[in-house]
Amino acid sequence: MKVYSAYQQGRLTIYLTGELDHHEVRGSMAVIERLLDEYLPRECVLDLSTLNFMDSSGIALILKLHRRLRESGGSAWVENAASQPLRVIDASGIERLVRIAVREETKA
Amino acid sequence: MRVKCSNYIKLEFPARSANESLARSAVAAFAAQLDPTLDELGDIKTAVSEAVTNAIVHAYPEQIGTVYLRAQITGGDTLELTVKDKGQGIADISQAMEPLYTTGGDDRSGMGFTIMESFMDNLHVRSVPGKGTTVNMRRRIRRKV
Repeated sequence: MKVYSAYQQGRLTIYLTGELDHHEVRGSMAVIERLLDEYLPRECVLDLSTLNFMDSSGIALILKLHRRLRESGGSAWVENAASQPLRVIDASGIERLVRIAVREETKA
Repeated sequence: MRVKCSNYIKLEFPARSANESLARSAVAAFAAQLDPTLDELGDIKTAVSEAVTNAIVHAYPEQIGTVYLRAQITGGDTLELTVKDKGQGIADISQAMEPLYTTGGDDRSGMGFTIMESFMDNLHVRSVPGKGTTVNMRRRIRRKV
């Protein structure tokens, strides 16, 4: 599990790479919290294009990120989720709370 | 080529979070003989990850106990999974299975059982407080046309 980021004009994009599970989630959250404290972004995009696997630990991470940004008056959303993470997101129903931008080729 | 006869694996490991990826990868490798689609394989890996994580997070609060995993192919097309622990058990299973219910703090989403239920054809949870919890799951792999 690796976390990469890019910052431009108030928008922080976070790329998660590898597999996100309970074993990895705490370390990833700590890295993301540090990035949020450092950049204080208005918008935060969680880009899942290189995330091969996630379970409900990923749902907790998405909800926590969304809550953090909302508390500071900003917004967070998910982009480019591949098929497996997208199925977990769909099953959890969090798209009612968090915007999930879907890649064209994964639309059924 | 589909395997007709029954086949199974048994795996036991200490309830350490580093073993979560081992457990789901082992079951995925075993399930490959049913020729699942990538989506089916993803669903199975996710369900295993959720069940094993539950055992690791909740079953043994005081010590590192053992998690017992069994995967079996039945009827030539169905994967049956059992994830068992000898931990503290669940006092109220229906409450534990409610979406968003968790005792695990904000690192946990409370969606584990919801995801197991939606990704598997069948989910059965038995638990005795002080004795442990057994999760049985079943998923039929559709024959490809």
